[in-house]
Amino acid sequence: MEPILRVHSKTVVIASSNIDTDQIIPARFLTTTTKDGLGKQLFADWRYRADGSPNPDFVLNRAESQNAQVLVAGRNFGCGSSREHAPWALLDHGFRAVISTEIADIFRGNSLKNGLLPIVVDEDTSRWLLEHPGAVVDIDLENARLTLPTGTAHSFPIEGFARHCLLNGIDELGYLRSHLKDIERYEAAHG
Amino acid sequence: MTAARTLFDKVWTAHEVVPETADTPAILYIDLHLTHEVTSPQAFSTLKALGLPVRRPDRTLATMDHSTPTSTEQVFGTVPIKVDAAAKQVRQLEQNAADFGVELFGMRDARRGIVHVISPELGATQPGMTIVCGDSHTSTHGAFGALAFGIGSTEVGHVFATQTLLQRKPKTFAVNVDGQLRPGVTAKDLILSIIGKIGVSGGTGHVLEYRGAAIRALSMDERMTVCNMSIEAGARAGMIAPDETTFAYLEGRPRAPQGKDWDSAVARWRALGTDPGAKFDASVDIDASLIEPMITYGTNPGMVLPIGGAIPDKGGDEAFRKALDYMGFHGGDAMIGKKVDVVFIGSCTNGRLEDLEAAATILKGRKVAPGVRLLIVPGSQQIKRQAEAAGYADIFKAAGADWRESGCSMCLGMNGDTVAAGQYSISTSNRNFEGRQGVGARTLLVSPLTAAASAVKGLITDPREML
Repeated sequence: MEPILRVHSKTVVIASSNIDTDQIIPARFLTTTTKDGLGKQLFADWRYRADGSPNPDFVLNRAESQNAQVLVAGRNFGCGSSREHAPWALLDHGFRAVISTEIADIFRGNSLKNGLLPIVVDEDTSRWLLEHPGAVVDIDLENARLTLPTGTAHSFPIEGFARHCLLNGIDELGYLRSHLKDIERYEAAHG
Repeated sequence: MTAARTLFDKVWTAHEVVPETADTPAILYIDLHLTHEVTSPQAFSTLKALGLPVRRPDRTLATMDHSTPTSTEQVFGTVPIKVDAAAKQVRQLEQNAADFGVELFGMRDARRGIVHVISPELGATQPGMTIVCGDSHTSTHGAFGALAFGIGSTEVGHVFATQTLLQRKPKTFAVNVDGQLRPGVTAKDLILSIIGKIGVSGGTGHVLEYRGAAIRALSMDERMTVCNMSIEAGARAGMIAPDETTFAYLEGRPRAPQGKDWDSAVARWRALGTDPGAKFDASVDIDASLIEPMITYGTNPGMVLPIGGAIPDKGGDEAFRKALDYMGFHGGDAMIGKKVDVVFIGSCTNGRLEDLEAAATILKGRKVAPGVRLLIVPGSQQIKRQAEAAGYADIFKAAGADWRESGCSMCLGMNGDTVAAGQYSISTSNRNFEGRQGVGARTLLVSPLTAAASAVKGLITDPREML
């Protein structure tokens, strides 16, 4: 995986709370057997009308949203299923980070494994971001710091090992396999 | 003297290949890896790309459930699978299972079914195990005192290749349920009520342990219903300490320990329960005797109320208004008497034999209301045969229900079993998200009793008036 150091981009805001993985990518698109090309199905039921044409009212279809790499969303983003298709779709669309006051556990883990940064912020920071769509923010992964265009900086929590892997492009499977001797020892003791 | 420990802590510690440190997560050993056609293809592709085998095929079980058809003709091959992409996924799992030597309960296998239904019925799910699957409802297996949670496809690959996962230790959350559920109030109503109380993210970062007299009184089928929806409260896992009910369920099942091994396993399992005085990071107290049959009215499982209640009025809340708009409801509306188009009884939440028995109690000698479609999908092929032997299937068919082969079916509508836009679906499944059962479909989550009663009346109905 490519190392990730920083994301510097304008934001797109979808203010709803509890955006679940069925909204991020509906189940009928999970019949794929690869990870590729899911971006066009991102938020499909909000983004397209029944005839398949883009819904002009949905934020991702607006001109100002093009090329934005940061999604700002309401509380409890990514709740629901374990489908890794959710971060794959967000990444394929071009997002590199999601900001919310709360991010669901499985979605957060899946995101970290694919280089999508799950950024949890406090209520005040979230409110400011929700009220300022298009704001250009800077996410400095090494220092776990989010800087708003106002100049205020906020540190965000991120699991240290996941951050280390992202910063250095380390594959976690490689790390696990480097512990093969420990795994063999465990299996010898436990059958 | 060692410190008092929780059930979770005992299972976690016993599976640490390498304990966590400030810098690195634990490497946790996985006893049982369940896999299915939807979240495995990308993980198998990773193994192929790296030239790696599945490390422990003997600890891996595969089945097909999510995208599989439920019509007998499609399952048993007299006509092809209607959804092309689903047919491809099924073939790919068959190929991957053969290539990697993984045991597969395939399309026509008598042991096939929803992954979270078949593993317990085989006796493969056992107390004290770590169990994972690329599916968030893996929490179901916690009913046996296993630590069981859903993982993404990258982690599916990690388990295939190493039989381990990198994990930070979650916090613990005691859900104490005392008192006794009243007649007509089920395990589904209990878990919906718990989710309503702690919220859809109340359990985030935690493993729940369901405790107390009301939990001890539940059967295994009921305990699985409760643990299944832990993820709907944001918790990756929910656990119940094993007891005589657990052991009686498991004894004699094909994959359970046999003979002398059985006795030593039970002795080991008895020691798993949380020690008196052990501390939890969070807790909530619930009185089971106050719980009513529950029903959801919005677009997440936390938007739930007693069936006799009215939808709250939260005028200023944008997300709340959006959810009610989607559902076509208004603040102040009573739930009883609302229109029903489709009724779905099934899923890993409520597709087991006791759920079908409950539905049969209501449907016996009654008919589904004109214009209502009732789809009943057993959780596994074994349950299908049991329900047929017990006469439930005849009751369903006489009532006018559509009785199908097993699978996830209309819970998530991947296989073509969907609800049309704008229609109201009274469903025993686990998620009422927008579009979950079909584009524009409106889902209301209930127990099998409430689902069956509502099918008969064609309106949302309190099942207690029909018992």
